[in-house]
Amino acid sequence: MTYTTNEMMTVAAARRLKNGSVCFVGIGLPSKAANLARLTSSPDVVLIYESGPIGAKPDVLPLSIGDGELAETADTVVSTSEIFRYWLQGGRVDVGFLGAAQVDRFGNINTTVVGDYHQPKVRLPGAGGAPEIAGSAKSVLIILKQSARSFVDKLDFITSVGHGEGGDSRKRLGLPGAGPVGIITDLCTMEPEEQTNEFVVTALHPGVTREQVIAATGWAIRFADNVQETAAPSAVELGALRDLEARTALAHGQAPGEA
Amino acid sequence: MADIISLHDAVKQFVSDGDTVALEGFTHLIPTAAGHEIIRQGKKDLTLVRMTPDLVYDQLIGAGCARKLIFSWGGNPGVGSLHRLRDAVEKQWPQALEIEEHSHADLANAYVAGASGLPFAVLRAYAGSDLPKVNPLIKTVTCPFTGEVLAAVPSVRPDVTVIHAQKADRKGNVLLWGILGVQKEAALAAKRCIVTVEEIVDDLQAPMNACVLPTWALSAVCHVPGGAHPSYAHGYTERDNRFYQAWDPIARDRETFTAWINEYIHGTANFSEFQAKLARASEAK
Repeated sequence: MTYTTNEMMTVAAARRLKNGSVCFVGIGLPSKAANLARLTSSPDVVLIYESGPIGAKPDVLPLSIGDGELAETADTVVSTSEIFRYWLQGGRVDVGFLGAAQVDRFGNINTTVVGDYHQPKVRLPGAGGAPEIAGSAKSVLIILKQSARSFVDKLDFITSVGHGEGGDSRKRLGLPGAGPVGIITDLCTMEPEEQTNEFVVTALHPGVTREQVIAATGWAIRFADNVQETAAPSAVELGALRDLEARTALAHGQAPGEA
Repeated sequence: MADIISLHDAVKQFVSDGDTVALEGFTHLIPTAAGHEIIRQGKKDLTLVRMTPDLVYDQLIGAGCARKLIFSWGGNPGVGSLHRLRDAVEKQWPQALEIEEHSHADLANAYVAGASGLPFAVLRAYAGSDLPKVNPLIKTVTCPFTGEVLAAVPSVRPDVTVIHAQKADRKGNVLLWGILGVQKEAALAAKRCIVTVEEIVDDLQAPMNACVLPTWALSAVCHVPGGAHPSYAHGYTERDNRFYQAWDPIARDRETFTAWINEYIHGTANFSEFQAKLARASEAK
């Protein structure tokens, strides 16, 4: 079965969510991957959205973080303040699943500005829930498409901290969670190296070369000693993903590629 | 006790130039009609607060009603940037806009603190983030019991909060449900609170633990069906995803934006006229 690099990215990210884990989900790519996990390998994954739904099981992907579909399919809907206070800060979230505009080699995230804060080249939407998700979730997964513009040597602004300056930086900052444990892109999977906590490539998606990854990374990306090849998406995974996207497009009146 | 009055009268009576105003809504129950009425009445120098400023704040900023924005995520959800917000920040059009930027957890806690009558909120946040470097109001406090250093942020206590809800009864008690975001906290943090509702009924028939805002905690209740458009009111209206997309080209350019405001806001007497005009325009397409 043929598949796109975007489909490979979503499938590879979905496989990282263990069945039964409690996942705080960002809108967009994380939400798509988390719901694919729920529809395939991890039917009992618990999805929490910052707008208030806990245990959401949407039949179609939400366009906004507060779509009614999330409330209707949730186990319970609480206030946004309760989400952040009791459920996230209270230590009940296993995985924070985040997107990003830019990341660096330590998994720090920028969603605020490109350029100077007061004279920005590009003004991004801002922090949203990410800084505290990155801080307090027991672990963090990051999903984004890879390019030299998004994987940068130095972030103009650290919105949400990953492994800070590397090493035991997180511990010194007093952050409760373990921080990012994986970055999943359309080309590869990266994981933090022991000791340094610098992200290195641990798996290449089928057909992707090291040169492609190097060209699409703004720092001198390194490769783990034993780089695996990601298993290609199975027919079941691809079928579930394509059905989800088709249902979503139909519900929101979009073209299939937009979902 | 909340008076049940027109939205025109509520904005006239309870929103003043220079006020700190929160029009809250976490993609659901966004009080768009009230934002339009604030523009119609030409309110000035407002400090706008909202966790997720979107189209209605783009309109208020572009129409020159705001001098400051306090927020944690600003954008047109699923579409892109808020062009009027960017133009105000980057090019001071139609006037300079000061921004004060937080995270969601911070502002959610700040509303809770405001509703609780406290001067500040405490939370575990911001270690390693650059946000405190650009927002001097994000400070730290040391726990007197454990010594842990935590983030401290000022509470949000708006002069006026405006929210949209599903139902009110004839005394002005309000029932809301679905995704509530920080609606209750924002309402109780404010000195005055205006609520627009989909319908007014004899009996709310509220389940025991439902979110009910009692009339004596509110200033005014206004009957404005569909007043959250293009957002939605769960059980009454659907989110108008097309309008969010259509807003992008309107807001991108100062001339098309100004023409839209003149035609659709200043060119209509109230929200139901606005809705009728919008419906005629979309039928003509």
